[in-house]
Amino acid sequence: MNRLWVILFGAVGVLLVTSLTFVVDPYLQFSAIPAESKLQPYSREEADGRDLYISLGCMYCHSQQPRDPAFAPDGSRGWGRASTPGDYAYDHPHQLGTMRTGPDLFNVGARLPDKQWHLAHLYNPRAVVPGSIMPSYPFLFEIKETPAPGDVVVKLPSIHAPPIGAVVARPDANALVAYLRGLDHTYPSDVLVAAPAEESAR
Amino acid sequence: MNGVALPLVFFTFVAGMTGLLVLLWSITRNRFNWTQQGARVIFDPGEEGSVEEPSNPSAHGVALLGARANPGGATPTGLSPEDMAARRLCDTSSRMPVMIFLSSSIVWLVVGSLLGVTASLKMTFPDWLTSVAPLTFGRLRPMHLNAVTYGWGSMAAIAVALWLVPRLARAPLQGGRVASWGGCLWNLGMVLGLASLACGWTDGVEWLEFPWQIDALFAVGGAMTGFPIILTLVRRRTQHIYVSAWYIGAAFLWFPILFCVANVPGVHFGVEHATVNWWFAHNVLGLWLTPLGLATAYYFIPKVLGRPIFSYGLSLIGFWSLALFYSQVGLHHLIGGPVPTWLITISIVHSLMMFVPVIAVAVNHHWTMRGRFSTLRYSPTLRFVVLGAMMYTFTSLEGSIEALRSVNRITHFTHFTIAHAHAGMYGFVSFELFGAIYFLLPRVMEREWPYPRLIVAHFWLATLGMVLYVVALSIGGILQGNAMVDASRPFMDSVRLTIPYLHARSVGGTMMTVSHLAFAFHVLAMMAKRGPARASTPWVREIPTSTPASAAEVVA
Repeated sequence: MNRLWVILFGAVGVLLVTSLTFVVDPYLQFSAIPAESKLQPYSREEADGRDLYISLGCMYCHSQQPRDPAFAPDGSRGWGRASTPGDYAYDHPHQLGTMRTGPDLFNVGARLPDKQWHLAHLYNPRAVVPGSIMPSYPFLFEIKETPAPGDVVVKLPSIHAPPIGAVVARPDANALVAYLRGLDHTYPSDVLVAAPAEESAR
Repeated sequence: MNGVALPLVFFTFVAGMTGLLVLLWSITRNRFNWTQQGARVIFDPGEEGSVEEPSNPSAHGVALLGARANPGGATPTGLSPEDMAARRLCDTSSRMPVMIFLSSSIVWLVVGSLLGVTASLKMTFPDWLTSVAPLTFGRLRPMHLNAVTYGWGSMAAIAVALWLVPRLARAPLQGGRVASWGGCLWNLGMVLGLASLACGWTDGVEWLEFPWQIDALFAVGGAMTGFPIILTLVRRRTQHIYVSAWYIGAAFLWFPILFCVANVPGVHFGVEHATVNWWFAHNVLGLWLTPLGLATAYYFIPKVLGRPIFSYGLSLIGFWSLALFYSQVGLHHLIGGPVPTWLITISIVHSLMMFVPVIAVAVNHHWTMRGRFSTLRYSPTLRFVVLGAMMYTFTSLEGSIEALRSVNRITHFTHFTIAHAHAGMYGFVSFELFGAIYFLLPRVMEREWPYPRLIVAHFWLATLGMVLYVVALSIGGILQGNAMVDASRPFMDSVRLTIPYLHARSVGGTMMTVSHLAFAFHVLAMMAKRGPARASTPWVREIPTSTPASAAEVVA
């Protein structure tokens, strides 16, 4: 082939044409989809917790996209109904994820509402889930000999508790737990036809 | 699908089909020169049939290589002194930018490998290095990915492209100084980007983690290297443009489009962001690193063997079908996700259509090697490049199968994907780059490699480490996926049963890292002028006079 410009313009042209399908099209289609009417915007603390979720890279092991029950049994693990684009209306950036080294978290707030469970789990996952390979996040906590009034003290099994003093959650830990507990998209979707079998099983 | 989307999809389809028809029409009307003559453009007059192999194996080995490579082939008469001088001028014209990109890329390779091994170990030792946030798994993993993708893979591929383009154009590199400054900017971006990830400042999107403010450095630095490359191709002194140059030229135009569209701040939202994310993440492999890797294989396999590629016509089909199909596969990463079915289905269809370019390229690469596999024993460059080409065939076919819904249901969200990514990024791309570097550095530095045994150690450690890594994680991933889609098994089963395979991955990764340390040391020794000077050695070695039969006896 002797014509450099044919190659270069052709190559760019092919990419631009296919981008219509893969960039422009989804942009137009998703722009027209409204937020799910029962979806709550994030509170200030939840938004802070979400920023922490992003900066600590939770997404590399946890997805946020339960699949349809017809495709995979995500629902019967308690991960919730199939998600819809409207569920993600307030998510910038998206955290859909591609790994499930740990479970899907899109509805973890509904599945595990206990604040103390989350705090203990973040301090040391093996305190509440034996065999877990999730890293511990001790830097989200501090150990105080005498917690001040208003401090959130983490209740731990004795083998995971420090020898002296108590484990107190820093604001970061509280924010992250607020975000995780707020992850609840179990409300009926505006667009999905509820699968009857799945609903009765719950 | 809403009212606007359908016509656009239809338009894309019609435009793609029209493009294919134009291509076919051009071929039948002989508008393109795609005859086998084009494949010979990389050889100087009288050169075809002789072996160009620099990496300081014994002269005996090279002689055998030459004899084995060309039984009954074209008879080389040797290069004229003018041709030799012209080639030397091209080879050294890009010295400064090539060395900047190459040496930086090797630093990032070592940094990235160490980050990768640490992240791997943290999966099996979750209470190790947890005291501060920068050492947590969720930060080390993106640092590893960005260090090896943008630091090692991209910078080394740019170095190879900067060196290869003058050779293909038979003209010295134009604007080398601009490219050198581009390399410095790129490095600045790498340092700032990795530091920001360590501190938790991230765009939070896989493959696009670097904050967009820092991405601007890559955009400018990349443009400063792409510009000299395109300019050199424009001012080429050959009529014909060899297939490697198509891939390189196209890649340097594709990547900026992908990078800027995906990183533009404030535009993307919710699930739309996820679609752009995976459109980009797969294209950064398919339209950036893959074409640069293929350009390498398309040049070095025929060049070292002294034998043109099998079918030049196939390479034309391979190139254009790669452009058309690879640019539409990305959304197979969201199968089962909250994305319209039509979008996913188009991606799956194109993933399977990838069989066309992959088989076209595979036939060309592997069939050119037919009957000459024993040459791998003597040529380090060929050893890396040919194994890399095989890994390309394997990984691409595996990737097409992986995109099928029934397979994806199991392998999605598991370590299988990680194994697949490493088979492609390491087994294919990195091996092509290693092979190219073993060829080009002696020509750039005008020195031989000082310690040939280190090349052998590098090859075997990297190969065995890669095989262990990919095999172990693939098995672990399938077991993990099967456990996960079986609702009667607790989720923790899918975690526990992967542990032995995660240990094996750490061992494989460590072997790869050790091989990189050997490689980095060797390059350092080269730069410290440890190797014998090349000046007195002939630029191109000629075929020995021994007959092929006697050579075969010695080999046996």
